[in-house]
Amino acid sequence: MTKYALQRMIQAIPLLFLVTIVTYFIMNLAPGGPLSMYLHNPHVTQSQIAVLAKQLGLNQPWYVRYFKWLWALLHGNWGYSYFSGQPVIQLIGERLPNTLILMGSAFLVSLCLGIPLGIYSATHQYSLFDYTFSFLSFFAWAMPSFFFGLLLQMIFAVKLGWLPVAGMYSEFYPPSLWELLRHLILPTTVLGLGSLAGWSRFMRSGLLEVIRQDYIRTAKAKGLKERSVVLKHALKNALLPIVTIIGMDLPGFFGGAVITEEIFAWPGMGRLFLSALNDRDYPVQMAALLISAALLILGNLLADLAYGLLDPRIQYN
Amino acid sequence: MATANLPPLDTELEIDPMQDSGVSSFRKFWRRFSRHRLALVGLGILVFLILVSIFAPFLTPYSPTTPNLTQVLLPPSAAHPLGTDALGRDVLARLMYGGRVSFMVGFFSMIIATSIGVVWGATSGYLGGIWDTLMMRFVDLVMSFPAIFLLLVVLNLTGANASVGLMILYLGLFGWTGLSRIVRSQVLSLRSQEYVEAARAQGASNARILFKHVLPGAMAPVWVSAAFGVAGSMLAEASLDFLGFGLQPQIPSWGNMLDSAESYIVTHPLLILAPGLVITIAVVAINFVGDALRDALDPRSTAGMQRIG
Repeated sequence: MTKYALQRMIQAIPLLFLVTIVTYFIMNLAPGGPLSMYLHNPHVTQSQIAVLAKQLGLNQPWYVRYFKWLWALLHGNWGYSYFSGQPVIQLIGERLPNTLILMGSAFLVSLCLGIPLGIYSATHQYSLFDYTFSFLSFFAWAMPSFFFGLLLQMIFAVKLGWLPVAGMYSEFYPPSLWELLRHLILPTTVLGLGSLAGWSRFMRSGLLEVIRQDYIRTAKAKGLKERSVVLKHALKNALLPIVTIIGMDLPGFFGGAVITEEIFAWPGMGRLFLSALNDRDYPVQMAALLISAALLILGNLLADLAYGLLDPRIQYN
Repeated sequence: MATANLPPLDTELEIDPMQDSGVSSFRKFWRRFSRHRLALVGLGILVFLILVSIFAPFLTPYSPTTPNLTQVLLPPSAAHPLGTDALGRDVLARLMYGGRVSFMVGFFSMIIATSIGVVWGATSGYLGGIWDTLMMRFVDLVMSFPAIFLLLVVLNLTGANASVGLMILYLGLFGWTGLSRIVRSQVLSLRSQEYVEAARAQGASNARILFKHVLPGAMAPVWVSAAFGVAGSMLAEASLDFLGFGLQPQIPSWGNMLDSAESYIVTHPLLILAPGLVITIAVVAINFVGDALRDALDPRSTAGMQRIG
């Protein structure tokens, strides 16, 4: 399995390489360029802009800059932000953990709530709970996450005042785990809701399908308790497709994180990427893109490996 | 793109009593489809919303775009049933005209995505060999990126001020990969069937075999994914508007309405609630229809709406 994992990671490298070329090219097509903010500033002369362009290497064609960027990256240098001059690695280092905290907590919440809710729904098929929950999950899945976020802000932060409106830590209290958790609740709910709805519905239908199979009937006929039939015999097989779905949902978490961070002013990678787009800050854009792609590939690999752990029929070679 | 899948509300694959009787396939389809009462409700809502947005000029005297600075942020009244926004435009009128934009974006980007997905997947599956490998590696490549990042990068090319046509094009260009995989696997299983052999023996050309004999049998999941595609694109467009990278701000779209209302969340919540609820209802309605379509056409499929965020 380790060999398989290594193989997959090595295969991902040319993929990532191709993607960087294409995105670098497209980014450089964006109008204005990184120095356009100085164009209308009367204190900055044309020649100063030219000097700046030369310093940043912007007077060279995009492919020359690309290879310089790539060469530096291969030597562990992510470059410097055009906008703030800070090392890109430092910017990413500040933001990435925040995004991972947000995505991780949303992921855990949807998993730890979605799977049991799906199981309950399946074992209580056609009950009032099942109907209500199914119906609600359709709305949860269809609601634009930013609309849901604005609603939550309106109700819980503005009207009731229970939770902070935005940000990661309070301006009035020293940073603490408690403050972080308070600030996490709303963004986690927004980011996790869609997958919670999707995964629980999938769990429900998967379990219903497995429950109808012969070996489950056998287990029941043996006189095993309903509870142990469902949790021990049925669940294992029903979980398999869920793992695939979770892997397929990972890109959605990145997209959702961008939107959630924007609503709740969460200082993560998504917002860094959005502002880098606005500033035409290519090194930061490239780093954010590349790191998310790498994380996504890693996530898919993990989902694959989890699949193999759950299903002994699958051999990696 | 994220492809979480919502399985149908009723997953039981009942044996259809009409299965092998001589009833026309459309009636059979309709029987299965209309078993889902929620889908019928969804269809009704959709028809209503689409008609209202098409006939918007006859239903409201107001312009969705012309500001009227003497009538700013009015509460609901007889003249303005949903009030007016920060530029004095009638909210109901903007909702109606916004429906045009949202449905157009959803529908036409789905057409683009579906066409590319079907042709790409079918060609890949039918040709096989090195072409198949290359074409599917390309799909892997596109799918290995969070779609929203790529969309944001290309939208930034036009200074984050896309026209409706451009938005349709971009969403179409980034929305076909999942479908191409499904079509490919369908084609793979169909191309070795005997009736395809027979067509080949009669000397039919590759293109003829593919489009005349193989593809029609592979279309069931395509219709299903097309239905969900409309919903996914509408949601994606609204999200991009909200991030400030979507349509030009003056275009009345549901996403733009939400985006511009964000600052009035405390004082004028209706400005958020109205477009937000309409989008949600439209997307839920399409999902109900897609769900029933799947049950009627392709019950084993796990196709679902794709969400970019």
